[in-house]
Formats: sequence, structure tokens, C-alpha cells
Amino acid sequence: MMTKDSQMPQDKKPLDTIPPGATVRIVMVDAGSGLKNRLAAMGLLTNGLIRVVRNDRAGQIIVQVKESKVILGRGMSHKIFVTET
Amino acid sequence: MSLPDADKKILVALAGNPNSGKTTVFNALTGTRHHVANYPGVTVEKKEGRFHYDGQVIDVVDLPGTYSLTAFSTEELVARHFVFDEHPDVVVDVLDASNLERNLYLATQLMEMQAPLVLAFNMSDVAQSRGLEFDLKQLEILLGAKIVPMVASKRQGIDELQKAIIETAQQQQKQPLNVHYGHEIEEELAKIIQCLEGHAQKIHRKYPLRWVALKLLEADTEVQEWIEDDALKSQVAESRAHLYEIFGDNADIIVADRRYGFISGACQETIKDTVQVRHDISDAVDRVLTNRYLGLPIFAILMFVVFYLTFTVGAIPMTWLEWFFGWLGEAVTTIWPEGILLPVRSLIVDGVIGGVGGVVIFLPNILLLFLGIAFLEDTGYMARAAFVMDRIMHKIGLHGKSFIPMLIGFGCSVPAIMATRILENRRNRLATMLVIPLMSCGARIAIYALFVAAFFPEHLRGPMMWLIYFIGILLAIVCVQLLRKTLLKGETVPFVMELPPYRMPTFKGLVIHMWDRGWMYLKKAGTVILMLSIILWALISYPKAPADELVGLDEHQQQSAQLQYSISGRIGRAIEPVLKPIGFDWKIGTALIGASVAKEVFVSQLSIIYSLGDSEANIEALEEHLQEDYSALQGFCVMLFCLITAPCIATVAVTRRESGAWRWAILQYVGLTVMAYVITLVVYQVGRLIAG
Repeated sequence: MMTKDSQMPQDKKPLDTIPPGATVRIVMVDAGSGLKNRLAAMGLLTNGLIRVVRNDRAGQIIVQVKESKVILGRGMSHKIFVTET
Repeated sequence: MSLPDADKKILVALAGNPNSGKTTVFNALTGTRHHVANYPGVTVEKKEGRFHYDGQVIDVVDLPGTYSLTAFSTEELVARHFVFDEHPDVVVDVLDASNLERNLYLATQLMEMQAPLVLAFNMSDVAQSRGLEFDLKQLEILLGAKIVPMVASKRQGIDELQKAIIETAQQQQKQPLNVHYGHEIEEELAKIIQCLEGHAQKIHRKYPLRWVALKLLEADTEVQEWIEDDALKSQVAESRAHLYEIFGDNADIIVADRRYGFISGACQETIKDTVQVRHDISDAVDRVLTNRYLGLPIFAILMFVVFYLTFTVGAIPMTWLEWFFGWLGEAVTTIWPEGILLPVRSLIVDGVIGGVGGVVIFLPNILLLFLGIAFLEDTGYMARAAFVMDRIMHKIGLHGKSFIPMLIGFGCSVPAIMATRILENRRNRLATMLVIPLMSCGARIAIYALFVAAFFPEHLRGPMMWLIYFIGILLAIVCVQLLRKTLLKGETVPFVMELPPYRMPTFKGLVIHMWDRGWMYLKKAGTVILMLSIILWALISYPKAPADELVGLDEHQQQSAQLQYSISGRIGRAIEPVLKPIGFDWKIGTALIGASVAKEVFVSQLSIIYSLGDSEANIEALEEHLQEDYSALQGFCVMLFCLITAPCIATVAVTRRESGAWRWAILQYVGLTVMAYVITLVVYQVGRLIAG
């Protein structure tokens, strides 16, 4: 379930630094409520597991979330913080 | 709800995620007969269809594909308003059974709206092949709605779905199930509901109180505006603050999290996953199609194939149509009684048949192009192409998908502007739409070919053509950046898009998609374009030159004299002083007026002015005339001006339609014309200085 700020793991990294193939857990989404809700509706929620499918050092990245693949803009993915599992 | 009368129509709304196969279900339910319009006040497409079952008439409305029902996007608001305002007897939520958890998220929100729900588990064959086994009975109990497993693309389960729709419509509406949000949230919900009940709020009875309370807790921008009561407002603020304190996040996100919790709870109990390995094939294909090095060439080849089909295969029926309209014109001329109502004959032959024919002959191109695009979209490739192109397009302030309509623009602006529908973001779409005429369309090739051949030596012709195309692309990039920084300002919307699974498109789906676009184009040809063609015909044909001025002239000279005498010719002369600074005379001015119907008309108008008739055999003679009258610099300026200036009337009409407002079409028309004038002016004047 949800964690408080104080319990947030310290080793969080922005999603755009994660190499392809890695499965990570979302710990925080740093965005306005419109975008946060949109991401949530697509399954990108705090505590959710996602797998990085494509991440070249530039451009958009592709992640696997639940049974679907989602393209995220690079700027967007920089605001999603994750921990390695 | 009471039992509907036997002759009462049943209204069904079709909801679902994008890529859930909602359109396929719609087509399978309603057949090919359907009606496409926009939802009132917004440019969201609304599809309506109808089917009969057991003597009942069932109307089906396709809601926009959404992932949820928040107030953050127009599509979601449209869907939500439809459910509350139109009271559909049944809401069918189409779900991708192989991706159930994500798809059920929308279903939980429909449940909360107390919609009479039927869940269509589409693509259950894919789910099965992935080793998913559903306990449907148990799921129906947990979700409180009838579930129909189906494979819409193979027409499996359609009959069952129709039956379920009828049954649900006739059922006494039962108390829908609620998602339990955990006691902290439920406590706050109860407080808000109490407030809502206590103060006779002006909220209409069609909204369930629990739903209103939940939306208030979620800080829904629309529902918040209904609230005027201060006590209620402060209760909502207090509840949100309280929840933030407990969970460290906003209530809307916690609510979303709990919905997923409810869903995964339901799924864990009822879905058995018998196969572990998945995504292998799709991942492997993606690795190739979106590869850093292979992605672009693959995209280029596929686009080449689409264009090749469009403009070479399309050329065959195009010649038939050309022949047909030519034949029709001649037939009318022949059977027309000698000497009676000749102006009417001219109106019908030159104005109506010529004008509309000139537009309708592009129909095969448009149908083929949209067949190709529909194929690439329905297979799931288009999203990959957008990913591949994004790195380049991002730099100029557009989305990867914008590349496709721009590319189509090199064929014809009309289908290109229609193709901007694939762009979800409105600002992006408008910016793309407005600059599409800068992509040199096929009709302009006729102009370039004439002037390049007339003014440039063999070895410079290729580079000259390339230069003109290149200038167009460059200007488009500059204009997009300008638009994005001024009129269409706004943060580049953070980009999130689902990569749909690969799928085999259905033949019926492709044909329907293609025909919808083609029909739209034909309707345009029959209305706006017909009207404008007649106006232009009148400008070119009237007033008639007095007979004594035509004495002693041969047929071609007569045509030339007539054109010069017409309003078009007079306007051409009248605007000569304006055109002088950019190097044009009245002849080019007159031809430009004709070109505003369709760009290729420019060449035939010039031929007429030079008394050459408009047959192709005279192209060489025309080139000689042009060489006598103009310098190479002037020739280049004509090409430059034709590249940039006002799009043809078909483009104006389609821009008006697709943007939803005249102001964008006018902006495009005026903006491009002014830009053409200024740029040509600079080039001509600087060119003259350099040339001495």
C-alpha cells in the first residue's frame, strides 16, 4: 500500500536512468494531478511494477505495465521515480 | 426502471479503452450502416448505428475510447456526460480480455456511475492462447455485471452480446456493487454524503450521491463547480487534507490505487494463469521495428509502399474517372440543343462537371491512402512508427505521428489534413494541419515542371525541384515553431501513449474505415467545392467579350481574348501593381486566380492566355512564350509563390471541417498568402540587385 514520505526508499532513481530489461517498482510520480491520474488510469501507479522494454540514451522510452506497453516521453519518464527490485 | 414497451427503442452506449477492439464490436453489432457526426460542441467523433433483435430496435452509440472517466480530457467528459444525460438503457464496456486488470479500471468507474453494465470480454481467444482461464460466474458476482466472452473480429459471441443487452435493458436495475475504498476513505465519503444529503444541494438527481462524493474527494474539476455550499466545501477540503496526512498522497491517487486493489483482488480469485512465458513474439518484433538503425529504413519502405499504391495503382481508376467526366462533358455538349441556353451548358459542362470532376478524380487516391493508413494503424504498426519518428519530430516541436500527415501532404493536402485525426493533441493537430500546404502536393508538380523546364538548363532542373521542395519543408518547420510559440502555445503535453498489441486487421474494419473517409471527401466535393467551382467558373467566363472584338481571331485567340475580358482577367490586371514588386504581370495574376480552385489549373490558364488552348501538346510552345516574357529569376519567383501561397479551395474546405472553425482555415489562407508575398518580394528584389 501507500507509503509515507518518511518511509520512501532512499535509492530512488528517475525512470529514464533504468536500463532496458530491468523490472522496477514505482515509488513516486512527480507530476500535476491531471497527468498523475492519466498515468494511474494506464496502470502506472505508486507501488506498481513496470519493466523497461526500450531505453536508448535519448528519445522516448517504452515500458511494460501490466499486460500493455506504454510509450513515455523522456521528460515524463524523468519525473517517475523507481527503485530496483 | 420499468419494463420497456415492446416498441420502445433500446439505447446502448459502447464504452471501452483504446485498443480494446471497441470499433470492431461496434461494426459487428451494427453492420456497415452507421452515421458519423461530432458530439455537440466538441470535435470528438460520434458514431451511431442500429441493429434489430427479436423485433426490437437497438440504437448503439460509440463513446470515445478512454482509460478512465475523469474531467481531465474532453473525450472522458463526453463519455461521462453521455451516460448521465442520455440515460442509455445499457452500457456495454468492451474489454481486452488479455489485459483485464487495466481494462477493468474503466469498468469500476462505470459501476460507480450506476450504469446498467454489460462487460464484453473481447479477444478472449488471445487471452486463452496466453493461458488465461476465467471463472466467469464468480467474476460476474464480484463485478455485479453480466459478462459475455467474445471474439468480435471473428463474430464470435455477437449473438450472446445482443441477448445480454436485451436482458439487461429489461431487467429491474439492481443496486450496483461499490468498490470498498478502505475504512479511512469510506469514513470521509460518508461524511461528505451526509453533507450532500443535509444541504439540499442543487445537484440533479441523475447523479448518484456516492459518485458525487467520490468525485469531490478526487477533486474532480467539473463536479467541484456544482458545489456552492461552504460547509460542504470545507468538509471536502478537510477530508482531503486528512487523507493526505494518512497516506502522503492526494485522495484521487489513493482512490485510483484502491480501484486497482479491488480489481486485482477480483482477478486473483477468478483468473488462473496457466502459462508463464508471454510477450516474446511481440517483444522480438518490437525490437526490430523500433530499432535505432532499422526503425527508420523500415518505416521509409512501408511508407513508400503506401505511396506507391496510392499514386500508381490509384492512377488507373483515376484515368477512368477522368475519361468518364470528359465523356460526360462531351455528351452534355453534344445532346444540348443547338443555340439554346448556351451559358447554362457552359455552367454545367465547365463549371459543375469540370469543377467537381477535378475533385472527384482524386477519390481513388484518397481511398487507397486511407486503406494503407488503416492497415498500418489496425496492425499496431503506426504507434511504432510514431516512436521511431519522434526523435526527429520532437526537435521541431511536433509529435512523431505528425510525420505521417506531412508525408501524405506531398501527395495531396486534402487527405493529409484528414489524416491529422491520428494526432490526439489538439494543438499539435492544428499546427500540423496549418503547415501541411507547404508540403508540395502533386498538383503543384505541373507548375514546377513547366517553369523548371522553361528557365533552367538540364543539369540544374533536378536540384531546382529539390530546392523548391526543401524550401517548403524548411518553411513548415519554421512555421510550426512560430505557431507553437504564439497561437498554439502551451506546454508540450507530457507524452504517454499505449503501444497497442500487434493484431491482424479485419477486412470489414479496413473497408469501413476507408469508406468513412472517402464519403466525407465526396460530400465535401458535392457541397462547398461545387459552390466555389461555380463561382470561379463565373469569374473566368463573364462578362462575355463583345462579338466585334473577337472578329478575325482563331479559336485559341478567342479564348485568350475572352479570358482577358472576364472578371478574372480584369482582376489579374487590377492587381498587377501589387504583383509588380514580386516580378509578376497580369498574365500570371490571372492564372493565379484560376489556380485557387486547383493548383494545376495554373498551367492551363497560362496556356489559354497565350492563345495556345489547354492541350498538353502545346507545352513546348508555352515554354518558349514564357522564356520571351520572363527572366529565370521571375520564373523561380513564380514557383516559389505557388509553393507557399494560398492552398486550393478543397484544402480550405477540409481545413475548416477538420479544425471545426473558419478562423483556422482563414488564418491558413491569409497567413500563407502573406508569407508567399513577403518571401517572393525579398527574393525578387534581392535577386535583381545581385543580377544588377
